[in-house]
Amino acid sequence: MSAEAITALKAKFPQATDRASADHPAVNVPFGDVVAALRFLRDEWAFDLLMDLTAIDWAEGAAPRFTVVYHLLSTTRAGSYVRVATNCAGTDAEPTAPSVVSLWPGANWHERECFDMFGIKFEGHPDLRRILMWDGYPYHPLRKEFPLAGIETDLPVADIQEETGTRVIAAPMMGGPFVASPGEMNLTEAEPRAKDESWADREVRPDQTPLRQVKD
Amino acid sequence: MVTPNTELGYNSKVEGGVIVSRADAAINWIRTNSMWPMPMGLACCAIELMAVGGARFDIARFGAEVMRFSPRQSDVMIVAGTVTYKMAPQVRRIYDQMAAPKWVIAMGACASSGGMYRSYATLQGVDRIVPVDVYVSGCPPRPEALIDALMKLQTKVRSEPSASRLLSA
Ligand code: SF4
Repeated sequence: MSAEAITALKAKFPQATDRASADHPAVNVPFGDVVAALRFLRDEWAFDLLMDLTAIDWAEGAAPRFTVVYHLLSTTRAGSYVRVATNCAGTDAEPTAPSVVSLWPGANWHERECFDMFGIKFEGHPDLRRILMWDGYPYHPLRKEFPLAGIETDLPVADIQEETGTRVIAAPMMGGPFVASPGEMNLTEAEPRAKDESWADREVRPDQTPLRQVKD
Repeated sequence: MVTPNTELGYNSKVEGGVIVSRADAAINWIRTNSMWPMPMGLACCAIELMAVGGARFDIARFGAEVMRFSPRQSDVMIVAGTVTYKMAPQVRRIYDQMAAPKWVIAMGACASSGGMYRSYATLQGVDRIVPVDVYVSGCPPRPEALIDALMKLQTKVRSEPSASRLLSA
């Protein structure tokens, strides 16, 4: 079923190309066609449920840098599941993609999350605000250039920051991130652990503000 | 055979009339036996916190069963769970709204140190924003561990100079 839908889609949108996929059929669609293609799948092939909407960051300097992926499921035709991908337009700092809230209202929060994590602007979205991080957070954490530990910045509320003297810090990774050793047969050795434990909370890393406790 | 010492231990003439103690001891005795918690349940640890309130572990035995969802009425804030930076100001705000005297228990690895969440989103220990009295290790700590923490806190409160603090306040 899914494969037939993709064949029909490619007949209707000749610029669409097959996309490597280990399980369900997938297709690359040019930026300009993506809303029309998704509407075609929804209306003609009964893909009535947008399962997921996510993005890929192909790394700094890559072209294209960002790709948005739509996962579609049909609730009326058993086993129909396809993925549609499209490369973002816009600049690396501010990539854009068309919003599909008009097709599936459920896309609303998915697009907000995608915007929050990758900074992709969904054009036509009714209310494109951050959904996980707070408004005013200056970064997009799932971008490749963003370190897992985070970047020092201000707390969401200024007077609390003043009162406590605490800021958002780059988390002390203690030599981490904590990674499991794959292929390790000894389970104790395979436990997730930091690879370098030369510094810790008490021995401040030179490039970081020391952690401090609030006493009163 | 036990002979009751009626002369020294019990005098029915002054019964109900006189109690001699230190003010600190009296105040602390009153405080330790009814600590109403502010359940700051933010993640999985809150499930164990609920278990502590339930019949099996029954924190009522230690006078702390009255979970107050209003900071104005609570004495001890139990931070049970992962505190994100987005939530941190609210935690501090609620702490500020609690009436003194007030205490804080950091329950679990996340509240104590950020736990396994060494990441951009998680406050690395609730002691960065509020003063913590007792830390409980574990992920999550067993209910008994939280009860132990409460008893530790009661021990701590028993040794506080409450009377002089009241007078100087
Ligand atoms: S310490 Fe463990 S159980 Fe408690 S909130 Fe953190 S992850 Fe959950």
